[in-house]
Amino acid sequence: MHALPSAAAPAPRRQVFVGTALACAAGAALLGGMLAMWLRFRDDAIHSDAGRWVPKGVAIPGVASNVMLLAFIPICVFAQWAVYSAKRNDRPHTGLALALTGVLGIMFINAQAYIYHSMKLSASGGLYETMFYTVTGVMVALVIVGVAFSAITAFRYLGGRDTDREVVSAHALYWYFLSVAYALLWFVVYVTK
Amino acid sequence: MTTIENHTDPGQAWGVAGTGLESVAEWVSSTDHKRIGRMYIGAATLAFLGTVVVAILLGIERISPDLDFMNVNSLTQLFSIERFGFTYLVLAPGVLGVALAIVPLQVGSRSLALPRLAAAGFWGWLIGAGLAVFSLLNNGGPGGGNARFVDLFTLSTALVMAGLLAGVVSLATTILTTRAPGMNMKRVPFFTWSVLVSSLGMLIALPVVIGDLLYVFIGHRYTGTVPNALAGNRKLAEFAGFGFSQPTTLLFVIPVLGLLAEVVATASGKRLQPRGGIFAGIALMLVAVFAAVVQWPVTIRSPFQDLSGSAKFNDVVPFILVHGLPLLGCFLAFALTGQALAKSRKITAPVLFAVLAAFLVLSSFVDSALLHIGDAGLAGTTFEEGTWLAVVFAGVLAVMGAYTYWSPKWTGKALAPKAVLPLALLGFVGAELASLSLMIAGFADQPGAVFGSVVKNTDEAITKFDYSGPMGLWNGLNTVGIGLVALTVLVFVALALRSLRSKPVGDDPWNGHTLEWATTSPAPATNFADIHIVKSAEPLLDLKPSNRSDA
Repeated sequence: MHALPSAAAPAPRRQVFVGTALACAAGAALLGGMLAMWLRFRDDAIHSDAGRWVPKGVAIPGVASNVMLLAFIPICVFAQWAVYSAKRNDRPHTGLALALTGVLGIMFINAQAYIYHSMKLSASGGLYETMFYTVTGVMVALVIVGVAFSAITAFRYLGGRDTDREVVSAHALYWYFLSVAYALLWFVVYVTK
Repeated sequence: MTTIENHTDPGQAWGVAGTGLESVAEWVSSTDHKRIGRMYIGAATLAFLGTVVVAILLGIERISPDLDFMNVNSLTQLFSIERFGFTYLVLAPGVLGVALAIVPLQVGSRSLALPRLAAAGFWGWLIGAGLAVFSLLNNGGPGGGNARFVDLFTLSTALVMAGLLAGVVSLATTILTTRAPGMNMKRVPFFTWSVLVSSLGMLIALPVVIGDLLYVFIGHRYTGTVPNALAGNRKLAEFAGFGFSQPTTLLFVIPVLGLLAEVVATASGKRLQPRGGIFAGIALMLVAVFAAVVQWPVTIRSPFQDLSGSAKFNDVVPFILVHGLPLLGCFLAFALTGQALAKSRKITAPVLFAVLAAFLVLSSFVDSALLHIGDAGLAGTTFEEGTWLAVVFAGVLAVMGAYTYWSPKWTGKALAPKAVLPLALLGFVGAELASLSLMIAGFADQPGAVFGSVVKNTDEAITKFDYSGPMGLWNGLNTVGIGLVALTVLVFVALALRSLRSKPVGDDPWNGHTLEWATTSPAPATNFADIHIVKSAEPLLDLKPSNRSDA
């Protein structure tokens, strides 16, 4: 074996944080690609004989979709609160912040279910319906991952793994990503229609 | 957060460790990057042997229109198996497997970052691959007649890609966070750099394909009476076909250039210069990802002369960016490495494999650019298939070269160099025969297929290959070429298995420059007994008195 100079094992770099950042980049590509397809078909529909993209008689519940967007403000605040508390070894507040983040995530899913219910769209109704359910469904799936992330982070932290601050930071990063992703989706799907 | 395993019998080759179920359980539950990587390579090898049989059957079918020994439905499924199998069961996992098995060693890390994610990715990929093949065999897949299996294929393809993505995230995180002290990004080995570039490309491209697959799945699963552009069993080719064709597939073979630089540097025994130029060349190849991001291969429309000035500009500029820059990068990396090779004139088996594979990659970049010039009239012909086959076989040759080079670190044994050397030539001849013949037939307008649909019209099933040229000659050569590559792989596998019974080789049989050669052969489960400090890009070369660090 070669006699290279040896060193003490370096302090672990932020693997979970970097891994989460890369996963967020992949998620951005996923949603970005889907929204691009949405815009392409929307453009085709608007310039077709029908001249419209949203089917006749379909009303998008603006209040629910706007509240979902606004919900991301406290979500980001709570996620960052968890980071702040974790850095100060404040376990109760970290747990509380993570729990609130998760609960708001569940609220988001509930609001999306309300939108599905009130719009009364059939998945087999046509292109708009197909794309609407797919793109919003992917967003819901990403939020479910976020809620699971909150729960796992909370359990780990409350279970005594106080050194998991990096995971709490990664958790916050993921929710920031979801905030931006939903803001884009909200604008493309619910605002521009 | 880092998992470091302690195997009872680490580093043993290909399931030799332990006995029976214990051994299987050890491999199945392993988060050791060397094992995960080798499982990818092993599974990709099996997938290659299965897919190559299909490719040969299709070649025979195309030799003469009168043969017709397969009906239209089976033809559609077989084309799908060939395209899906070679791309996502052979090429991508093969290259990813090599990267997973060696990159942590190259960067001086004791383990892979996020190893459970990588392991989960492998099993996800394997399950997805099994389901996809199962659905194709049951009249599913693109153009399939069984709606449930069409849906199953679409979802399992997405699972395959998600599995690969998990491995890619783990790899990129490893390179970004677990490098040895002193190893900044300028000092990472060439192969590691190329893997990082390729990983970032896959990280951006594959989710876009997954998004389209999900759209197509929902569109097909919930087909109603209202016309829906996403419904229909051939929409996969139309909306997700870009993930199975160039330039997207070229992202998978970027590490071939890194491998070339790596083995040429080792063979020459000198520092490969200019490192920055080679790094830049490899990085430029990433621009090809743009085509996947915009979900459009970026073409110059035909007839070009009839386009307005602004239309010409709008076509040419993106074309130069998407096809020209990656081609320039590939040429730069190839030429700079080739210059060093010309000076040293030392051809080892890994060098030969890597040079020939890199040549195929370079020619594929050229062919891919040519394919997307409308006036060349090659779209929808077998030219695309020929280019794609060249990419796939470049990956196959590179994996064999990488195994020849790094097998001491995985098994402690080395393949017989004299026996392996001719295989590289045989594989290259086969790859060129297989791909060039289809390209030439493409110039004569032989219709090509992506996912069982004629490329020019994705609503039309491919049923015949008639064209005015000598069908028997070109399709016959294509079949022979594929057969030669299959023979090469079979003999290589036999040699690899035989090498397991040979005498152990030393820790550094190639006089390597990079950190993987600083540990024992085979590398232990924790890779390194000590963490090494790196002071240059070639830390082992620094140990020689005449080669003090200049980095």
